[in-house]
Amino acid sequence: MSSKTQDVETLLRQKYRHGFVTDIESDSLPPGLDESTVAAISRKKNEPQFLLDWRLQAFRHWLTMREPTWAAVKYTPIDYQDISYYSAPREAKDAPKSIDEVDPKLLATYEKLGIPLHERARLAGVAVDAVFDSVSVATTFKDKLAKAGVIFCSFSEAVHNHPELIERYLGTVVPAADNFFAALNSAVFSDGSFVYVPAGVRCPMELSTYFRINAAKTGQFERTLIIAAEGATVSYLEGCTAPMRDENQLHAAVVELIALDDARIKYSTVQNWYPGDERGVGGIYNFVTKRGECRGRNSKISWTQVETGSAITWKYPSCVLKGDNSVGEFYSVAVANNYQQADTGTKMIHIGRDTKSTIVSKGISAGHAVNTYRGLVKILPGAAGARNFTQCDSLLMGSSCAAHTFPYMEVRNPGATVEHEASTSKIGEDQLFYCLQRGISAEDAVNMIVSGFCKAVFKELPMEFAVEAQNLLSVSLEGAVG
Amino acid sequence: MLKISNLSARVAGKTILNGVDLEVGDGEVHAIMGPNGSGKSTLAQVLAGREEYEVTGGSVTFDGRDLLALRPEERARAGLFLGFQYPVEIPGVNNVYLLKAALNAKRKAEGQPEVDAYEFLALIKRKMKFMQMSEAFLTRGVNEGFSGGEKKRNEILQMLVLEPKLAVLDETDSGLDIDALKVVANGVNSLRDANRSIVLITHYQRLLDHITPDRVHVFAAGRIQRSGDKTLALELEEHGYDRAREGRVA
Repeated sequence: MSSKTQDVETLLRQKYRHGFVTDIESDSLPPGLDESTVAAISRKKNEPQFLLDWRLQAFRHWLTMREPTWAAVKYTPIDYQDISYYSAPREAKDAPKSIDEVDPKLLATYEKLGIPLHERARLAGVAVDAVFDSVSVATTFKDKLAKAGVIFCSFSEAVHNHPELIERYLGTVVPAADNFFAALNSAVFSDGSFVYVPAGVRCPMELSTYFRINAAKTGQFERTLIIAAEGATVSYLEGCTAPMRDENQLHAAVVELIALDDARIKYSTVQNWYPGDERGVGGIYNFVTKRGECRGRNSKISWTQVETGSAITWKYPSCVLKGDNSVGEFYSVAVANNYQQADTGTKMIHIGRDTKSTIVSKGISAGHAVNTYRGLVKILPGAAGARNFTQCDSLLMGSSCAAHTFPYMEVRNPGATVEHEASTSKIGEDQLFYCLQRGISAEDAVNMIVSGFCKAVFKELPMEFAVEAQNLLSVSLEGAVG
Repeated sequence: MLKISNLSARVAGKTILNGVDLEVGDGEVHAIMGPNGSGKSTLAQVLAGREEYEVTGGSVTFDGRDLLALRPEERARAGLFLGFQYPVEIPGVNNVYLLKAALNAKRKAEGQPEVDAYEFLALIKRKMKFMQMSEAFLTRGVNEGFSGGEKKRNEILQMLVLEPKLAVLDETDSGLDIDALKVVANGVNSLRDANRSIVLITHYQRLLDHITPDRVHVFAAGRIQRSGDKTLALELEEHGYDRAREGRVA
């Protein structure tokens, strides 16, 4: 067995790292995947029959599918029988008892990111209630949302409390058989988030997984479903701005967004999963399917992502613009350093009339990384008056990295307007020297130049997120130059 | 202030500076004139610490310190300012943001606290007015979409804010119309004082109509060939570099 294979094996098994005692009987299923695994997950979660049937159908379809090979990423084959597909949310007994038990390297990163102390503990997975009293904060949140009629809970809770909504909307944007990883997720997903904003309601606060009450430490296969009913508005922040302590390996999530007439959904992600070390050992395989459907007229879905983590990123947050006059947006910063590989982009499918889409993608490559933008703009015959604007820029740092751009366009309506701009630039020695000559340190100069490059995307992020994203960027690119 | 002794440097294996000797006293303004490709800009880059240029011999003392031992940012913080011949564009980075970062880096090195945001804004607005720059330049990207003349004014603006001990201005006059030239010259003159030295690198005499140098040097083949007072510049203008270099017209 080559050392590389071994690394991946270790990676896939790293649930058992840190010596957590996991009781297989009650918390986890043994590695392996067949129909009984799927049934066991459903049973453990006490799910209604329709959901079990849906999972099994997805599983049977998955068996007929092959792992996609078209992405510009290379990795050792994944042994799907060697993964445990269910692990209960980490319980207090598994978690570090206090912040003193948390890896100091992780804490140092939090400090660099400027995350307040009490949040650091929470992010690090410290059993919070034992240390800090965050219950009151949580309750305030719940009250405020309930008053507005917004449903925001874990996916499992939604399955029990709002099965009719789940049955009605689940898999309607990303069908169970959509692609290999989505099918796998559909069969074995463990938990995730659910949001329903009723008609005419503007969600009174930014929602984020971070603030979700009883936030289950969702496993590798999370599922998010967000529905904005007629005229509703919601902004959702995903992930966290610090490395999650979750020792996830293969991360195959599915996110579905549904916007009805005049509804708006803004979905922001700052992804910083473990990227592997400087030599490319370890790290998360992030194979995620994210898609939003502008189902109603005048609806709008906006994706903003800052991707700095993961060993491999395979992710294309997309918009299906069904409703007339609907709008899709994709703003992305993808950073790949050391041996990271990122293949990311978006799909904008114009179906309705006068639909509009904007794509702004900024790829930054450093070290030995490979960064690929892959985007599809598809304008169907009925989409008269459709417009798309795409801008993709790549920034290279050093001479061992690579950037690729694969823009695909399929225009089947002669009245559509599609614009594409692309650029690739090297972080200029000239720019760097200019800053140095003004007394600015190399590190600050690089941060400045990179932030300038990403500005168009950062301004789309909610304020407090933008600051953290910027900090994160500098942490990710530490040591990339000079 | 600055003492260059027998300085030699090469880039990509090619010797460009070949035994430069130059001494600039406190409060003096020196002009270095010479034909294209003579190594004037290389001298400026070497003083600022550009890595591509390899110093092969000689020494440089700046304000009593061994300049060549300092990193580029340390030289800047010690009070060396280079006005670039071709100021680079840095898209998306706010012009005023860069300037504030530069000023704070210098203040930090001097053990002073960071500049107050309010005071800084007032200061920079005053300086911009002096340089006849519109306030729109505050929020634009560094040199992003600036015309040649705007870039040069921006360099002088930075110099006025950073108040260096030694400013090396590399062809700051090139590409300027006569009005802009006066504005730039005013900017430079406003900084002249007994504790500050200025080295002007230029092709043309016309800048020296507005900034009167204490010394003029003729630079060719990688070193200073002749030195004189301001009348030397006029000679050059009249007779060209070749004769001046050989000293036949004196």
